Amino acid sequence: MTNRVAFFVTCIVDTIFPHIGEAAFEILERQGVKLEFPEAQTCCGQPAFNSGFTREAREVAEHFLDVFAGYDAIVTPSGSCAAMAHHYYPELFRGHRRFEEAKRIAARTYELTQYLVDVLGVTDVGASLPRPTRAAIHDACHGYRGLGIARQPRALLSNVKNLTLVEMPGHDQCCGFGGLFAIKMSAISGAMLQDKLNAINGVDCDVVITGDASCMMHINGGLSRAGSPRRVVHVAEVLTGRV
Amino acid sequence: MKDNFSRSVIIALNDIQLQTALDRGTTRGVNNRIVAMGETTDANALRHQARLARERALNHLPDLLQQLERNVIANGGHVLWARDAAELNQIILDLCRKHDVRRVTKGKSMVTEESELNHALEANGIEVTESDLGEYIVQLAGETPSHIVFPMLHKTKEATAQLLHDKLGMPMTDKPEDMTRFVRGVMRRKYLEADMGISGVNFAIAETGTIATVENEGNNRLSTSTPRVYVAVMGIEKVIATWEDYAVLVQLLARSATGQRLSVYNNLMSGPRRADEPDGPDVFYLVIMDNGRSRILGTEYAESLACIRCGACLNACPVYQNIGGHAYGWVYPGPIGSIVTPLLLGPTRAPKLPYASSLCGACQAACPVEIAIPDMLLRLRRDLVQAGDPTPGWRIGMWLWATAFKSPVLYRLGGKMAGMATRLLAGRSGKIKSLPPPFDAWTKQRDFPAFAESSFRERLKRRRGKQTDA
Repeated sequence: MTNRVAFFVTCIVDTIFPHIGEAAFEILERQGVKLEFPEAQTCCGQPAFNSGFTREAREVAEHFLDVFAGYDAIVTPSGSCAAMAHHYYPELFRGHRRFEEAKRIAARTYELTQYLVDVLGVTDVGASLPRPTRAAIHDACHGYRGLGIARQPRALLSNVKNLTLVEMPGHDQCCGFGGLFAIKMSAISGAMLQDKLNAINGVDCDVVITGDASCMMHINGGLSRAGSPRRVVHVAEVLTGRV
Repeated sequence: MKDNFSRSVIIALNDIQLQTALDRGTTRGVNNRIVAMGETTDANALRHQARLARERALNHLPDLLQQLERNVIANGGHVLWARDAAELNQIILDLCRKHDVRRVTKGKSMVTEESELNHALEANGIEVTESDLGEYIVQLAGETPSHIVFPMLHKTKEATAQLLHDKLGMPMTDKPEDMTRFVRGVMRRKYLEADMGISGVNFAIAETGTIATVENEGNNRLSTSTPRVYVAVMGIEKVIATWEDYAVLVQLLARSATGQRLSVYNNLMSGPRRADEPDGPDVFYLVIMDNGRSRILGTEYAESLACIRCGACLNACPVYQNIGGHAYGWVYPGPIGSIVTPLLLGPTRAPKLPYASSLCGACQAACPVEIAIPDMLLRLRRDLVQAGDPTPGWRIGMWLWATAFKSPVLYRLGGKMAGMATRLLAGRSGKIKSLPPPFDAWTKQRDFPAFAESSFRERLKRRRGKQTDA
């Protein structure tokens, strides 16, 4: 039986951070995964779902179901988008004619490090950084609490040459992004971001690694505005040695 | 309650004293809970047991409440039922008149905060004194509690000393122990003078009609045993089936609320003083209030009634950590408050609260009874959208978004256009410093990146094209 694996790049990575998608794609291909990229893919529907716009979310999620129907696994470089499908598609399609299909696809959607470690059983992707680097991990909320992703990135990162992981207080504390929360509740979101920047500035590290491009974008937006030289990078970038 | 949420948030974020108090209080709360839960052999198994105990209670609520009533009466107590907050206040006022009560001491009770009982009693010439230290200080300051367990979490010890000095002439000190000793002197007299003691209820154990309260100061024990009349007030959801369930819940409550293995005082009250007993109240009333709870039962929000009011979700919530309790506008703050406030008061009374969360899930992870708080916030948002709450701008925006994102062609086109626009705005730096409304909310505090020159799918196509050429 052939195992058909699809890559879901996510809208943010596709349009804003394509290099993260390329890194993730490359890591998976190097593990011998025959990765397919369904061209018609767009978004998981989370922005509408999180704002309470169920009908709009379902329309976009139905498109997701159409695109990824034939695959045995869907892998994405985002804990948040994976959690949307995994955790919330069954809720979104409750009582809907496509409920069973949604549940099936939800169960087959994986975040990148989760797929590498838990499905492929890989903890060393052979990555090496160009120079000795100290890095802290920011555990992005939806991957961490929604999917229980914590040990997988650490297992993979601990095998990257030239990389030392350091503890960051509040590593599992939200950065304040929360999608449209950053717009609708921007003052609170900004205060949460400030707490995160303080935590990052309090750690002796060169970079911060996270598994979600959206949180990365939010924190980097804050660091850059504050004139800080520090940056958050995506775990896929580190696992291809491009930091 | 008026919806002043946005204004309250700004005031809270700029209140330096509040920010200091919140930092100290919530950090201590989170750390204590983590240590105390870590001591258990299997914290998650324990939480699940607690969850099942609460589900057992909620699934058999009418039966258990009747059993509780029968057993309280068998123990020599009386049971009274209040449909809402107004009825609760009327019942207690009637009891005050019946028993010629002039002075009341009151232990911690969130239910009486719902009904603003203190105002109702004071308006009728009855003196009420809060006996919980934090509640007493909040009462002295003319404020309301800002936390379910630590009512004065919004106050620093420095501000508290100043208040006690100004109001009661306490010599200035920075030692909490000295302040406590001073207030104890004031309170002892109040207990002896009081005609009625009122307390909340942590658990009402149906199988024996026992009222369980949990505290650390002994004030509740004095309030409930010294005055001639004792009135316990509970919401209908506080009943539990058995002592076995109590054993699980009471330790989780202490570990989650204060990080203790057990609270200092675990009071178990089964009726008024009997003939052969030296102390205790002459009469005991249990008042059971609904106030909107039965409406929630049997709905997809029912699990919010499983809450044991430990306050762990408040401490863990990065939103609460930043804005404190008062900004939420009603009795129950924090993540659980963002659910029960609209549910109890009606969705239009607190339309901002369900959105006051980044959905980070820290609340659910901290909850000793596994309440899926983010899921319920999402459902409340859905209800608000269905009730027509969002502005036309948001509605059109979402419609446009869905139209574009369910069509690969429009999605790619939209991506191209957004790409050009963001690159134009960003200029050579690649960073956008200012966006038009509503996205200016983002750029007030953060830069926004320009979209990439070519998308992932374009780059992939190019790469694959090269591969096939080669």
